[in-house]
Amino acid sequence: MSNSQLLASRLTKDRLFKGIVIGLSCVLILPLFFILFYIFQKGLSVFTWEFFTQLPQPVGEVGGGVSNAIVGTLMLIGIASLVSIPLGILTGTYLAENKKTRLSEFARLCNDVLQGVPSIVMGIIAYVWVVIPMGSFSALSGGIALGLMMLPIVTKTTEETLYMIPDSLKEASYALGAPYYKTILTVILPSAKSGIISGILLGVARISGETAPLLFTAFGNPFMNTNIFKSVNSLPLLIFNYATSPYDDWQMLAWGASLLLVLFVLGLSLLAKVVNRS
Amino acid sequence: MKSYKPIEFVEIKELLFKRLLFLCGCIAIVILLYLFYTLVSESWLSIKTIGFSFVFNHVWDPVRSHFGALPFFIGTMVTAIMALIISLPFSIAMALFLGEYFKEGKWASILKSVLDLLAGIPSVIYGFWGLFVLVPLIRQFEVMIGVTPLGVGILTSSLVLALMIIPYSASISREVIALVPQELKEAALSLGATPFEMIRKVILPYAKSGIFAGVLMSFGRAISETMAVTMLIGNVNKIPLSIFSPANTMSSVIANEFAEATEALYLSSLIELALILFFVTAVFSFIGRLVIKKWVISS
Amino acid sequence: MINYKWRLNYFLLFIVSILLVTGCANNNQVELQGAGATFPYPLYSKMFHEYYKQFNTKINYQAIGSGGGIRQLANKTVDFGASDAFMSDAKLKKFDNKILHIPICLGAVALSYNLPDIGEIKLTPDTLAGIFLGQITKWNDQRLKAINPSITLPNLDIVAVYRSDGSGTTFIFTDYLAKVSAGWMSKVGYGKSVNWPIGLGGKGNAGVAGIVKQTPGAIGYIGHIYALQNKMKVVKLRNKSGNYVECSLQSVSYAADTVIPADTRVSITDTEAKYGYPISGFTWILAYQNQNFNSRTEAQARETKKLIYWMVTEGQQYAPGLQYAKLPPVVAKQAEKILDSIHYAGKVL
Repeated sequence: MSNSQLLASRLTKDRLFKGIVIGLSCVLILPLFFILFYIFQKGLSVFTWEFFTQLPQPVGEVGGGVSNAIVGTLMLIGIASLVSIPLGILTGTYLAENKKTRLSEFARLCNDVLQGVPSIVMGIIAYVWVVIPMGSFSALSGGIALGLMMLPIVTKTTEETLYMIPDSLKEASYALGAPYYKTILTVILPSAKSGIISGILLGVARISGETAPLLFTAFGNPFMNTNIFKSVNSLPLLIFNYATSPYDDWQMLAWGASLLLVLFVLGLSLLAKVVNRS
Repeated sequence: MKSYKPIEFVEIKELLFKRLLFLCGCIAIVILLYLFYTLVSESWLSIKTIGFSFVFNHVWDPVRSHFGALPFFIGTMVTAIMALIISLPFSIAMALFLGEYFKEGKWASILKSVLDLLAGIPSVIYGFWGLFVLVPLIRQFEVMIGVTPLGVGILTSSLVLALMIIPYSASISREVIALVPQELKEAALSLGATPFEMIRKVILPYAKSGIFAGVLMSFGRAISETMAVTMLIGNVNKIPLSIFSPANTMSSVIANEFAEATEALYLSSLIELALILFFVTAVFSFIGRLVIKKWVISS
Repeated sequence: MINYKWRLNYFLLFIVSILLVTGCANNNQVELQGAGATFPYPLYSKMFHEYYKQFNTKINYQAIGSGGGIRQLANKTVDFGASDAFMSDAKLKKFDNKILHIPICLGAVALSYNLPDIGEIKLTPDTLAGIFLGQITKWNDQRLKAINPSITLPNLDIVAVYRSDGSGTTFIFTDYLAKVSAGWMSKVGYGKSVNWPIGLGGKGNAGVAGIVKQTPGAIGYIGHIYALQNKMKVVKLRNKSGNYVECSLQSVSYAADTVIPADTRVSITDTEAKYGYPISGFTWILAYQNQNFNSRTEAQARETKKLIYWMVTEGQQYAPGLQYAKLPPVVAKQAEKILDSIHYAGKVL
C-alpha cells in the first residue's frame, strides 16, 4: 500500500470512529427525550388544582389528588436533612482537616461504603433500628433511612469543597489571632458554602426519589399526616403502588406524581449547579 | 493585669470543637460497623441453620422453609453484567465526546445536561416508564421472534438498568480520561497520529485501569438497584434460562417479600440476602477505590 | 453572599420548629393502623372511608398482603391485621396474648384470563391444576378443548400469573388446588407463599390483575372484585357437585353453607354446596384479645373494638355493592361473640 493510500485509510478509520462516538452519544439523547416527553405528556394533563390539594380517593372512585404524598415527601426530606446536614458538614470538615491520619482514612472508606449501600438494605436497617423499638411505622424512621443515605453525600462534598479552599485563607485567619474553631466556623466554612449547599441540594435530589427505604418504614398513609411519629405517604411510594395497580385513575395520578417528582428533582439539580457556580 | 479566664474559655472551646470533629469522624465509622453488625445478627439464624449451602441452593420455598439464594444471585449477576455490557460503549463514547472531541461549546453542554437529567430521574419512574413503554415493545419483539411474549424479564430490566448506570460510568470514565497527561496526547498528535490512533494507543491503554475501576463501581451501582428492577423483572424465584426469562434479583426479592415474611427463618434468610448484597457492593466499591488510587499514584 | 450560611441556619431552624409543632399536635385524636390482605382492600377502603365520614376516626390500612398483616400484628406495629389465611394452631400457640380471628365477609378467588375475542371458558379442577403445574402449556391443548367444545381456543402460550408477595389469596387458591389435585399437594403444597412451578409473579391482587390485563394468553388468580372492576373475563369452574359455577354473590354465599367452628377458622374451598363457588373464602380481621400491649391507651383499644364491631354490623351494607358476600347470620353472631371477648387488661370494653 502506498503512503497516500495508507494515510487515506487511517483518516477514514479516524472519521469512522469519530462518527461512531458522536452517533452513540446522540443515540443516548433519544431514550432520555422519549422518557421525559412521555412523562410530560401523561403527567401534565393531570395537573389540576384538585391534584395538588386533594387526598387520594378510595379504590374505584374518581378524582382525588396527591396532597398527602407531597406533604409527606417534604416531611421526610426535612427529617433526613436534620439528620445528615449537621453531622455531614462536621464529618466532612474533620476529614478535610486531617488528611493523613489512619482514623480519617478509615472514616473515608466507611463513608464511601455507606454511600454504596443499596437503598433496600437501608430500609431494613431503619426498620430494625427505629420501627421495631418504636413499635410503629413512622415518618421518623423513613426520614432516618433517607438521612443515612444523604449523609455520605454531604460529607463527601463538604470534604471536597474544603480541599479547594487555599491554605492561605486559614493561615491569614490564624495570623489575625483567630482560634481554630473560629477559623473553621466563621472563615473556612462560609467560604465553602456554595459547594456545600450544592452538595446538600444534590443529596436532597437523590433521596426524594427513593422508594425502597420507605417500603417498611414510612409505610404509606391514605390520609394527610403531619405527625412525624406516625406513618406518612410520599410521592415515590404513591407512584410505585399506583403504577403497578390495574386502576386507570390511580395510574393517571401516578403519572402526575411522576412528573411532579421529576420536575422537583431536576429543579434541585439545576439549583445545585447554579449555586456551585456562584 | 492579665485575665486568664477568657483565654482558658477560648481554649476549652478549642478543645471541645476538635473533639467534636473527631467524634464525627468516629460516628461515620460507628454507623457503618453497627449497620454491618445489625445485618449479621439478624441473619444469624439462617446462617446457623442453613449454612453455606444457602449460596448454592436453587430452591426458594417458603412453604417448606427451604431457602436458597442461587436464583437471585444469578439474576443479579446476569442483569448487572448485561447492563454493564450494554452501557460500556455508550459511557466511553460519552467520555471521549466530552473529553476529546467537544470539550466546549453547544453540543458539550447539551450532552452534559442529558447525562445529568438521566442521572436525576428516580428509579421508580424508570420502572414506571419501562412498564408502560418498554415492556409492550419487548413483547412485540418477542412475538416476532417466537418467544412467549411476557414483556418483562432479564432483557427489559437490563436495558433500563443500563440507562440508569450510563451517567454514572460516563462521569467516572470522563474523569479518568481527563487525567491522561496532556503532553502524552500532544506528543502522539505531533508525531502524526490521527485522533483515533491517539485515543487507541495513548488514552485507552493509559486509562485502562481507571476505566476498569469505573466498571467495578458501576457494577456495584447496578447490583443495588431495586425499584426499576422489581417492576420489570417478572418476580420469578427461579434461575433464568434465557434473557427473555423472568427472574428475580436479591434486592427485588427483598422488596417483594420482606413485608410479609412471617417465620423467623424466612425473615432471617431475606436479611442474609441483604447481608450478601451489602458485602458485595462494599467489596466492589472498596476495590474500585483502591484501583483508582493506585493508578492515580502510579501515573 | 455572606448571608447564605445564616439562611441555611434559619432554614434548618424553620424545619425543626415545623416538625416540633406538628409532631406535638393532634396527639389526642385516635388513629388506627391496620395492615394485611389485598383481597378485601376495595371493601376495606370503602368501609374505612365511610367510617371516617361518620365518626371522624382515621384508619390507615396498608394492603401489604396477608403475610405482612400477620407479621406486623406479631410485631405489634399495627392495631389490627387482616388476612385471608387463618393462622394455624401451631402458629397461634406461639402467642401468649391470644389472636382473635373476626370474619368480615366472604370473597371469591376468580381466575381471570386474557384471551381477546374469546367468550367465557370453563375449567375443571384437573385442568386448572394442570395449567398451574405447567403440564398444560397451550390454550388449544386437547384437555382444554374437551371441556370447551364450542370455542376455538387459540394456539397461544399459557402464561400463569401468581402472587409474588405473601398472600391470603394465594392461600385460598393453593388450599383449593391441594384439595383437588394430589399432584399439586405433593409437588407444591399450600400456603401464603409457595414455590410456584411455572409462571410470572405480580405484587398484590392489583399487580396480578395488571399483568393479566396486559399479557395476552395470561391467566391469574385474583379477588373477584378486581376482575369485575377491570372488566376482565373469569373462568367458570366445575365444583365438587359437578356444576360449572360462575363466581357471584350468590354462589359465594352458598359456599359458606357448611359447619363453621366457633373461632371461625375454617377453609371453605371445594365446598360441598351444590351451587357453591369452589374457590371461596372468609377474610378475617386479626386482633389481640388483650388490647393492653405496647403501652396502648384504653381509648385506642376501645376504638379498635368499635371499628371491628362496626365492620361486622353496620359496615356489612357496603359489601354487596363491591361483590363481597355479607356474613351469613350465623357467622355474624359468632363474630360478635368473639368480639365480646376483647378486653383491656381484664376490663371489658
